[in-house]
Amino acid sequence: MADLKTIDCDLHNEVPSKETLYPYLPDHWLDYCRESAFLGPDAADYPATIPTSVRPDATAIPPLDEVQTNALDNIEMGILNCAYRVQSVRNEELAVALASAVNHWQVEEWLEKEPRLRASIVVPSQNPTLAAAEIERWGDHPGFVQVIVPVRSEAPYGNRRYDPIFEAATRHGLAIGINFGGAAGNPPTPSGWPSLYIEEYAGMAQIFQSQATSLVMEGAFDRFPELRVVLIESGFTWLPSLMWRMDKEWKGLRHNTPWVKRAPSDYWREHLRLTIQPVDGPDNPDHLRQIVEQIESDEMLLYGSDYPHLHDSPSQLFATLPVAWEKKIRSENARSFYGLES
Amino acid sequence: MTFAPSPSPVMERPSRVDVAVIDTDIHIAFPSGDVLTNYLPPEWRDHHRMFGMRGHQGSHYPRAMPNAARHDSWPAAGGPPGSNLHFLQEQLLDGWAIEYGILNPLVGVGEQRNLAYGAALARAVNTWQLHDWVEPEPRLRASVVVPWEDGGLAAAEIDHWGGNPAFVQALLIVRTREPLGRRKYWKMYEAAERHNMPIGIHFGGAGGGPITGAGWPSHYIEDHGGMPQAFQAQVISMIFEGIFERFPGLQIVLIEGGFAWIPPMLWRMDAAWRKLGAETPYLNRPPSEIFREHFWVSTQPMEEPRQREHFRQLLEQIDMDDRLLFATDYPHWDFDAPDQAFPIELDPVRKRNFMAENARRLYHLGEE
Repeated sequence: MADLKTIDCDLHNEVPSKETLYPYLPDHWLDYCRESAFLGPDAADYPATIPTSVRPDATAIPPLDEVQTNALDNIEMGILNCAYRVQSVRNEELAVALASAVNHWQVEEWLEKEPRLRASIVVPSQNPTLAAAEIERWGDHPGFVQVIVPVRSEAPYGNRRYDPIFEAATRHGLAIGINFGGAAGNPPTPSGWPSLYIEEYAGMAQIFQSQATSLVMEGAFDRFPELRVVLIESGFTWLPSLMWRMDKEWKGLRHNTPWVKRAPSDYWREHLRLTIQPVDGPDNPDHLRQIVEQIESDEMLLYGSDYPHLHDSPSQLFATLPVAWEKKIRSENARSFYGLES
Repeated sequence: MTFAPSPSPVMERPSRVDVAVIDTDIHIAFPSGDVLTNYLPPEWRDHHRMFGMRGHQGSHYPRAMPNAARHDSWPAAGGPPGSNLHFLQEQLLDGWAIEYGILNPLVGVGEQRNLAYGAALARAVNTWQLHDWVEPEPRLRASVVVPWEDGGLAAAEIDHWGGNPAFVQALLIVRTREPLGRRKYWKMYEAAERHNMPIGIHFGGAGGGPITGAGWPSHYIEDHGGMPQAFQAQVISMIFEGIFERFPGLQIVLIEGGFAWIPPMLWRMDAAWRKLGAETPYLNRPPSEIFREHFWVSTQPMEEPRQREHFRQLLEQIDMDDRLLFATDYPHWDFDAPDQAFPIELDPVRKRNFMAENARRLYHLGEE
């Protein structure tokens, strides 16, 4: 349905090299980056040489004109999700300087050059106080619509240590985008470090599940009723199964977390959104339609191409849904959740 | 023990189950510390008394109730839930007309950092299961507990009991120190395959790392509700690291992990394999196919959709009617009663298979 308006909630604008940031770094950190062995964050969550990081017609770190040509055709608005992992930089002062430089670069090289784009504030979330200060710095810029943090964190995001980030974000009307990847230093599975990238890729869905659970159970949505969270590049087919499990857990154990006043799935329907790629769906279209219906809300899914990453076409998903529902996924849900105005 | 609720009488309950029932997840406990000590070889007894069990501390989420047990499961004769054979017979086996029950002792063997001590504990626990439970009660079968963090020691324990019809599987806990596809565990799989013994992987444990891939959560509900993620990570590891190509006879039983997460996990694994299969050249077919040939899944705790129709859709999506296994998880608080566990009325074939026939086939019950 090319005639439907589309808001793409997942476009990547990645930093080509540490030199890109030199114009935006203070003197000390400029010297440090030039003189030391520092090469940049070492998350390795998107190896530039594999298909899930770069589709055949794209480059792994696409410049603006490539994004305009390949990803913004027929797109009303696009939200940039920069995955520059300052969280993997243990030197927190450097992490702050890098985050600030990245955000400055996003404004000058992306937002000021392409009016259809919006962006996400990169923050050193390993230090929430410093992250909140970075949100403060950019929060009133109309081009920034969310704060981006990686799904792999040192503690689940419902933990109170992250409150300064949520406080600053909600005060500025920004959503929190939780994005695939990261390198927090702890293992990505509940049983240690896997051997292969493919395990990390497939297993990232479980970390999103843990984050969704934590945000409800540790009371983040109760402490911040305005908090809006978008899971980016999370997949969504797992959502009904998590709702069924956690609603049942809550029924049995809710006396342990008395601040949780409603079933977890009801919190998620109000506070949580998910971008559709990677769909990684079933071959049977009936099963895909069942999954979308089992979410029991037509507001939770947001269109996202995840450019330049390689995914299956979303047409399989849209083919199973009525046009009115496709419209909501393509633009209306994002417009209302992010409060977007063209 | 500081707190034990008063025992309640066994509830009279007219059985509404019109098919055979095999319970694939029963937990037993030592009536007292002395029982375990006496089953240890003399050279380990002083060590056991002086230093005791030392696993991965700092992973503790206090359960919502003592021993995670049903309040009515404390034996009137004393001792913790699951420690008294007579009471277990009365409350569970007779009370629910259980034809066979599989014992899964969760007694801290494989988590021991002292591996030799863990191996001695394993032998003691397995001997205790045989003498105190399976020999006096022919409806029960045991699981070989193993010191899984050392593949060679685990293999030796499996070799010791392999061929003994009292033992129907080897038992691990889902929170291992490393993902179970890693090579350090392969000798254990080799032994299990040699003895045609399935490997059961049960809810729980602590491998030293956090329960989430994003660090330590705060509450028991996140630990208890986080186990499906731990199970998914183990399936992903075992399939992608190729253990079923290496050990084609190996069968895995996922116990107390739930099952609604299976379809979306398999879809994602298949999609990942289509795009990233260059990393796993030894896999020549989709992960979902491997899963459906090598995994069995117990049903408790069962995810419960608000709309019952969604549960029916789930069973269709899983497409493993021949591999779901009913379990009560006795004596734990989230016990599934045989007559109320499923949120929909199952058709007769599914009901027979889930409640007993799949388990009978998996564990070769009645064939010995």
